[in-house]
Amino acid sequence: MTEATEREVGRARLRKEDARLVTGQTTWTDNIQMTGLLHLAILRSPMAHARVDRVDVSPALERPGVVAAFAGRDLADGLGSLPCAWPVTEDIVMPDHPPVAVDEVRYAGDPVAVVVARDRYAAADALEAIEVDYTPLPPVLDLEAALAEDAPLVHADKGTNRCYVWPLATGEDYARVKERADVVLTRRYRQQRLIPSAMEPRAVVVTPLPASGEYTLHSTTQIPHILRIMLAMVTGIPEHKLRVIAPDVGGGFGSKLQVYGEEALALAVARRLGRPVKWTESRSEGCLATHHGRGMIQDVEIAATREGRLLGLKVDLLADMGAYLMLVTPGVPILGAFMYPGIYKMDAYDFTCTGVFTTRTPTDAYRGAGRPEATFAIERIMDELAAELGLDPIELRRRNWIRREEFPYPSIAGLTYDSGDYAAATDKALALFGYDDLRAEQQKRHERGDPVRLGIGVSTYTEMCGLAPSRVLGDLRYGAGGWEAASIRMLPTGKVEVVTGTSPHGQGHVTSWSQIAADVLGVPFEDVEVVHGDTKAAPQGMDTYGSRSLVVGGAAVHQAAVKVVGKARKVAAHLLEADEDDLDFAGGVFSVKGSPEARTTIQEIAFAAFSSHDMPEGMEPTINAEHVMDPENFSYPHGTHLCAVEVDTETGRSTIRSYVCVDDVGRVVNPLIVEGQVHGGVAQGIGQALYEEAVYDDEGNLVSGTLADYLVPSAVDLPDFVTDRTETPATSNPLGAKGVGESGTIAATPAVVNAIVDALRPLGVTDVAMPCTPQRVWQAIEEASA
Amino acid sequence: MIPPAFDYARPASVEEAVRTLAEAGDEAKVLAGGQSLLPLLRLRLAFPELVVDVGRIPGLSGVREDGDTLVIGALTTHHDILRDPLVGRYAGLLAAATRTVADPAVRHRGTLGGSLAHADPAGDLPAVALALDAELVVVGPQGRRTIPAREFFVDYLQSALRPDELLVAVRVPKREGWGFRYEKFQRVAQAWAVVGVAALVRRENGHIAEARIGLTNMGATPLRAAASEAALAGVPAVADAVARATAAAAEGTRPSSDPSATPEYRAHLARVLTRRAVLAAAGGE
Repeated sequence: MTEATEREVGRARLRKEDARLVTGQTTWTDNIQMTGLLHLAILRSPMAHARVDRVDVSPALERPGVVAAFAGRDLADGLGSLPCAWPVTEDIVMPDHPPVAVDEVRYAGDPVAVVVARDRYAAADALEAIEVDYTPLPPVLDLEAALAEDAPLVHADKGTNRCYVWPLATGEDYARVKERADVVLTRRYRQQRLIPSAMEPRAVVVTPLPASGEYTLHSTTQIPHILRIMLAMVTGIPEHKLRVIAPDVGGGFGSKLQVYGEEALALAVARRLGRPVKWTESRSEGCLATHHGRGMIQDVEIAATREGRLLGLKVDLLADMGAYLMLVTPGVPILGAFMYPGIYKMDAYDFTCTGVFTTRTPTDAYRGAGRPEATFAIERIMDELAAELGLDPIELRRRNWIRREEFPYPSIAGLTYDSGDYAAATDKALALFGYDDLRAEQQKRHERGDPVRLGIGVSTYTEMCGLAPSRVLGDLRYGAGGWEAASIRMLPTGKVEVVTGTSPHGQGHVTSWSQIAADVLGVPFEDVEVVHGDTKAAPQGMDTYGSRSLVVGGAAVHQAAVKVVGKARKVAAHLLEADEDDLDFAGGVFSVKGSPEARTTIQEIAFAAFSSHDMPEGMEPTINAEHVMDPENFSYPHGTHLCAVEVDTETGRSTIRSYVCVDDVGRVVNPLIVEGQVHGGVAQGIGQALYEEAVYDDEGNLVSGTLADYLVPSAVDLPDFVTDRTETPATSNPLGAKGVGESGTIAATPAVVNAIVDALRPLGVTDVAMPCTPQRVWQAIEEASA
Repeated sequence: MIPPAFDYARPASVEEAVRTLAEAGDEAKVLAGGQSLLPLLRLRLAFPELVVDVGRIPGLSGVREDGDTLVIGALTTHHDILRDPLVGRYAGLLAAATRTVADPAVRHRGTLGGSLAHADPAGDLPAVALALDAELVVVGPQGRRTIPAREFFVDYLQSALRPDELLVAVRVPKREGWGFRYEKFQRVAQAWAVVGVAALVRRENGHIAEARIGLTNMGATPLRAAASEAALAGVPAVADAVARATAAAAEGTRPSSDPSATPEYRAHLARVLTRRAVLAAAGGE
């Protein structure tokens, strides 16, 4: 049998979709043109916080090419508040969020008026004619000051800037556990705000069909299905009259897991004017108005014995919501709540998150969403604890991590980790890294007082992903389920269409889903097409985020294909006049056991089902099938990342010399795609550690509002990554896959910062705030030596 | 990212360009490679009424020798400068600094003249022009004049070019046997310099006979590190001596503050980078 070598799953297939994506010969939303298309431009608040006294759009109407212009008040009729689908507590403060501000602007970039014109140029020029009178109000920027009694309020009608308080206490009582501890360390870490910076900026095109009251909305979204439901609610357009298409989308990283005001606005304007409209953001507009990520202050306390056994962990989190609650804003830190204990065993865990409103761009999901922050905190403080106890950071981890034989393991935070082997991943990483040699070199450099120090950073992470069991999401007060749908259409000529509810925006689902379906159905990889991202063509779906697509959506494809084979088997048995149990199925061929000449292919059966001249008695004339997968558990990728950084103590520059990652993402469908996800994820994690920060001035203006000021590393700034894997299959899905979309970002940030601090610890440095810019590193050295 | 409306002229000769500029008064901007002006327009930070595109005027690009001087046409692209054998032989510092400018796409469009006329103190080439003692040849209604680089950079984004003048060439004294180094400190590869140091060193008998040092992004204009230049004259080309002499590198500078660097940190970097640049240029470690 050659079947094993011909399996698709596990092959490093080049991606089917890349030719069109990289040449641009595809439907990017901004490429869409049509007769009579109008263009939207949005006037945005130049102030972080102000009362809007007067908006006069009439001068804009005098400008050439302008068709219409609206202030917030003009649009308030028929445009509801933008939705937040994750009210994490019963008493959460949920402010009104109009797509265009009416009385008050609450962040620099908050929309105040809209111009509609015949081309983008006319629209942009006319914005300058709009007159707005503002009365400045005090900005609210500091998370702790915002909670003071007399703090100015972001939403005066709510009487507080405290959005919610979400506690979680598990295991023994933390205070009591702490009493038993020999060592208690307290640290404060800051998760700076990040700007997601997908390669394709946001764009939306709405095409109305006034005669039938139907609307088609193309958007650069990760979530066409959720968007359709939410926009129906915001605009009052009946859901069945609204079709949402996410054509090829150029990256999201969570920033397109959103229901944006601009999407609602485009729909409202198209409805008002009865004409198609387009809006495309510029990069600098996106820096202001596409949601941001992270933005937290973490107070972390860890209690341990002298021997380095963890006893308990306490986390107090302040999370910056920004000015409004967007789709899952309040839930992002809660996704992290379960991950602070990481891969370690302990007796008590005490977590509290306080959500805080500020006059800044709203925050929401950004690659990893809560879990990178959690992993950073635990992995950083583990290194601090190791230093305190005089232990090697790897050794401290070994003494505390869950051992292979202990899975499935109920984590202290209440999750059930299904599988993993932390020792195997770590041992492999250490060998690839040359850990002992690097430690020796580090020591030598220290001894000779080399101005360039060497540091080694460790990050042994896990994460919960593959969102998610619907029942658990319900318990967490999330507004939707976590299932995913797939259907398989066996075409009469033997070709296959896989319809998925996931919505790829760079992940390569077309390729991976083809591999999964090809294996189960026994058809060639090339004979499979994947249909996605259109609520009319792929009507049922929960979309793409949280490393869920393969684990839930790919698994749904697998199960739907199994159902197709089951139906085909009935037809084959009928045609071959055999018992179903007497049929073998391999490589797309049904044959009768013992008489291999009696055979038929799945393609022949597809045609037989199409013609239906001779189907089994009582069987529907189709072998198509669908499956909706609702996983029983999250999935838990893990791994060990090791980073060696050279720190130039004279300039403060940190240069990554080597980076090794050994990830366990369960069974791998396409190793090339996994490799790409790890590379991109690690690059983004390094971005947070060294480069990226949304900087605001004291008035609340975004200072880093272009890519010249907001530094995103490119390939030349990054080292070669050494990647490898271990494999313990997930038990919660038939593929055994764990998801890989976020792991690199989750793992990398603490590995890099740990390495920098490790390099400087002999100089007395115990922390450097992110991003660890050369200046911050230099200042840390100066302060330590002062 | 849509520029405000502007008129556009594309003169065919230097004379026509100067005439066009003269007629427009203060309201025109010259467009060469567009790598500085176009972003300013698209971000609506510049609002010229007229953009005068000189990109197709013949005879303004290329490098030639004129006795002891290299004459580099103002429209010579960074890319062409990197490939030019005369520049490589007689003005290696210029090539070394040009190699660090932005990215290949920018280097294919951007020009030496455009980058000098833009007079951005964070640009790499103004400080190099200073260190090289270059002269800038400009043409106006009254004819041609030559401005020493020392007098060309007047203030932040302001040069000694009058609104009706066009920069046509850069004259660089040929230097053979000088060591050079451009030390650029930047946070990511395509970013502007936080601080840059352009060093030229003439070495005699193990000593530094003469040093010229241009500083990038240490004030409103590119600057010469005059105190360090004076201190370096005659010192041995070894680490300790060079370190002592370059401790004054930031003297007389007024660096700005931004999220990447405070003035204090910039001054510190200037000292470290000047020491490194001079040592490298002097063939030290």
